[in-house]
Amino acid sequence: MAHFFLHTLIGQVILTVLEALAVLVPLLLGVAYLTLAERKVMAAMQLRKGPNVNGPFGVLQAFADAIKMITKETVIPSGANRFLFLFAPFLTFSLAMTAWAVIPTNDGWAVANINVGVLYLLAISSLGVYGVLIAGWASNSKYAFLGGLRAAAQMVSYEVSIGLVIVSVLLAVGSLNLNDIVLAQRHVWFCLPMFPMFIIFFISALAETNRAPFDLPEGESELVAGFFVEYSALAFGLFFLGEYANMFLMSGMVSILFLGGWLPPIGIAPFTWIPGPLWLIAKILFCLFVFIWVRATFPRYRYDQLMRLGWKVFLPLSLVWMVLTAGFLLATGLLPQGGAS
Amino acid sequence: MMTQIVFYVFATVLVLSAGMVVSARNPVHSVLFLILAFFNAAGLFLVAGAEFLAMILVIVYVGAVAVLFLFVVMMLDVRFAQMREGLQRYAPFGAAVGLVLLAELALAFSHWQVAEDIGSVPHVVAAPGRTNTAALGDVLYTHYVFLFEACGLVLLVAMIGAIVLTLRERPMGRRQNIDRQHERTAADTLAMMTVPLGQGVAANGGFRRPEHSYYIASVPGSYGVTEEPVPQGRPVDETRRGGHGTENHGGLAQ
Repeated sequence: MAHFFLHTLIGQVILTVLEALAVLVPLLLGVAYLTLAERKVMAAMQLRKGPNVNGPFGVLQAFADAIKMITKETVIPSGANRFLFLFAPFLTFSLAMTAWAVIPTNDGWAVANINVGVLYLLAISSLGVYGVLIAGWASNSKYAFLGGLRAAAQMVSYEVSIGLVIVSVLLAVGSLNLNDIVLAQRHVWFCLPMFPMFIIFFISALAETNRAPFDLPEGESELVAGFFVEYSALAFGLFFLGEYANMFLMSGMVSILFLGGWLPPIGIAPFTWIPGPLWLIAKILFCLFVFIWVRATFPRYRYDQLMRLGWKVFLPLSLVWMVLTAGFLLATGLLPQGGAS
Repeated sequence: MMTQIVFYVFATVLVLSAGMVVSARNPVHSVLFLILAFFNAAGLFLVAGAEFLAMILVIVYVGAVAVLFLFVVMMLDVRFAQMREGLQRYAPFGAAVGLVLLAELALAFSHWQVAEDIGSVPHVVAAPGRTNTAALGDVLYTHYVFLFEACGLVLLVAMIGAIVLTLRERPMGRRQNIDRQHERTAADTLAMMTVPLGQGVAANGGFRRPEHSYYIASVPGSYGVTEEPVPQGRPVDETRRGGHGTENHGGLAQ
């Protein structure tokens, strides 16, 4: 049996599909319940009740929304480019799923444990711009187009600081493999020695996923709903799912790069009884809670403030921190001599 | 076997999409096909085992350069009829340039010389067991560090040059003065007033202006820089688009 799965072509294909399902099914369920959790948490913060009609505590609300979304009519604007219009939401959604291939949930537990895992994540998240940009252009609507342009400018700007923050982490790890990055945090999680970078990365993650307070691409007061103003039914649903799956992905990246991935806070008895994947899930859920908390707390940024924050504050800060990290590691002789596969 | 199938899939899509880049009518479609071509080239790199190059190709070219292309091309106002008008006139010229290039290429290929002394070129062979990321790092940052730094400096000069050439202080619009905005307190903007019955708070349409501007205003008549007082009880000008019809909306309405 083991021979069939590991050494024959068909067996490997089946194994990979099963592994992908093992990641994607919990992820999609998580996305469904994140929408509910967001409404519940925000309701609690605003002294409301939130959805509480469908099922106990409203737990069936997510499925009610899904059924509503599927049974609605897909309206395609008359001047729109049909293919690209329908392609954009699929692109956004499938990219958010694809990235999970490299996220390790325990020591060596990743669908693809590749050597350039971090670069793969960066590449996939930089492709996310296209879903938004194509949606904005293909809708043939001024509001959607402006929203798409804003989103593209915002995501490209904040990717720069995300990239530089990741470089500082990589300097301390000496490997681009996500598994190695987590193992390098056995003694201390990177969020402690690199606390400023942790904060910058988290805020950039908010901007990268177009979440409040950086949700300018959809700014409903000036752009109606931004790049997906013309979308309805399933196409809109895919954008929606993609956005929430991206939140999961960014929370996963924060957990792996700064919060020690599947590692417990201290490697002693009561903590090590809890299995690794549960630690990772707990950390991801914590990050998601902060995402929602931020949304319920802060007003939206003005566009010029957003760009200023990205280019004039985060970029220099992360650049200086990168140089400092390199200098410190070199001076103390801690620079990892990595590179062995 | 599997590798070959993957190679031919990537290669076919790459060549086809490269062809579509030049033949697509719509420039936005051209750029999208270009992105597809980049993507497939990255796939080819992966097949060849150059994983680092593949990822960098996607991050740099697809994730940054092509986004800017798409940005510009989407905002272009291309008139296809006008473009075709010029075709007849410029066709002979284009054909001539093409012919010259073809002739030069033919000359170059007919006199192709391969250097005998290949061995004298310093090779850097990666130690076994090194990932190709580490091997590239060795080459760039250890063996050729000065050349690499020089390349970086050339690019820096190019970037500064581009900024110097295009950055111009234009006397238009309003600029945000972030420092002054941060220094703003409630006392600057809020005031309690006793409003006389039947009259507005201020003459200018019910607006209360801030004491000083939080913009760097370049347009005369902008918010907060008007020297001349706003005329009292001025009738609403219906032809203006700006909501309340007073000077309050500054540059926007004009």
